[in-house]
Amino acid sequence: MAKRPAPPLPSALRAPPPRPGEANGRPTAADRTKEAGIAVVDWLDERTSLSGAGRWLMFRKVPKGTNWYYTLGSATLFAFLSQAVTGVFLAMFYRPDASGGAYESIRHITNDVFLGQFVRGMHLWGASVMVVLVFLHMGRTFLFGAYKYPRELNWVIGVTLLILTMVMALTGYLLPFDDRAYWATIVANNITATGPLIGPYLGDFLRAGPEFTATTLSRFYAIHMLLVPGAIAALIGAHLYLVTKLGTTAPPWSKVDRRPELSETEV
Amino acid sequence: MAAKRPKHTSKYTLDRGIPGAFDGETITRRRFMDVTANAAGAIAVSAFALPALGFAIGPIFKQPGHAWEDIGPTEAFTETNYIPVVVTITPGVGEVGKSTAYVRKRNPAIDTDPYDANTPYIAISTRCAHVGCPVRWIDAAERFVCPCHGGVYDLLGRRVSGPPVRPLDRFPTRVRAGRVQLYTGRFSVNSQLRRFSPRDPGEPLDGIGQYLYPSRPSARIP
Repeated sequence: MAKRPAPPLPSALRAPPPRPGEANGRPTAADRTKEAGIAVVDWLDERTSLSGAGRWLMFRKVPKGTNWYYTLGSATLFAFLSQAVTGVFLAMFYRPDASGGAYESIRHITNDVFLGQFVRGMHLWGASVMVVLVFLHMGRTFLFGAYKYPRELNWVIGVTLLILTMVMALTGYLLPFDDRAYWATIVANNITATGPLIGPYLGDFLRAGPEFTATTLSRFYAIHMLLVPGAIAALIGAHLYLVTKLGTTAPPWSKVDRRPELSETEV
Repeated sequence: MAAKRPKHTSKYTLDRGIPGAFDGETITRRRFMDVTANAAGAIAVSAFALPALGFAIGPIFKQPGHAWEDIGPTEAFTETNYIPVVVTITPGVGEVGKSTAYVRKRNPAIDTDPYDANTPYIAISTRCAHVGCPVRWIDAAERFVCPCHGGVYDLLGRRVSGPPVRPLDRFPTRVRAGRVQLYTGRFSVNSQLRRFSPRDPGEPLDGIGQYLYPSRPSARIP
């Protein structure tokens, strides 16, 4: 049966006739903007080949059954980023001066600086949040068996990151330089020194001598804002590389799906 | 793979048939270049890494400058009770560098140890031998009590109860022109009140403890 022509549409629903300039094959402003964006990305990609790396990083196969527990690693990453950003801005006001200046600068941040109390609060509470998230992430990895072959190395890197997070918490605790910070550091330092044979020397290293001095505070500050954050950032890079390379694990309760199209390696 | 590689029959590159070899040459120029470049890199890295490392661990080997500090006239201290004095252990850092010492005149009836014979005044450091909290002398109980974890010490600074692993540290004292002077570097004692070079809190000095926690170059007995 021959197809009958569609009834004519009312004029309000008909496509508007082409405006002058549009139908002549000349690009509009929107087209030009779109083209410019593509040109910039092309220019970068031609010189870096980053698009392949981006696809490799972002468009991965994810096992069926992936759930909210798999977001704990990203949550920890964002806690770290929050600590890094707030820490940089706190460092603009902080003074590692053991004879009163450190405490005074913290008081200044909290009471006088615009949004200072908020940024310091973010850093202070964010530290606890990060430690809690690290442990939750670790617990998820352990309970889901995600530390097993071939992901053992990522577990080792993760444990190193846990230790470095603890070092951050320990060294950051001294910086407000109130009574609690001072005595907590004295105790932590003395606990370090109770390790047999090398403990006394480790204690001296951490304290920069046999007694607490001005050097101790600057030493903790340097470790807290230069040494350990650099190491953490580098190890997070390695951690994420291995996650991308090896993929995430399926939840332990999910059954093996043997459909052949699922074993294709190209997405 | 290594087995397939031809054995070098001669140490001279010329004999091994390497193109462009010189007479008497024993190392290929490519290998010489490799070694030289790596050595130059290693020297450049050590040039900044070794001083930085030494900079960081240097304080382990440096003894801070302690000094004799005047703490009052001889008649200010009695044989029967402790008087607290504030001494500056680390100068230049304000309140942080100060510490309290409890001082009394040496009483031959109770300070019978031969090690105390040359000490005119007994000066007890308030740094708890557990993890270093400040202890306080409780006169009524005749005990030093630590607020953190409940360490208790007797009149001589020996542990009575709680977690501390050795008696309280002491300061050397001397008398000059009718004034008592205290040396701001501590020394440690074991449970027999035998003197040792200063140890950090939490490090026992009885039995094997003195070997597990060796004395450090940064803290020596004065």
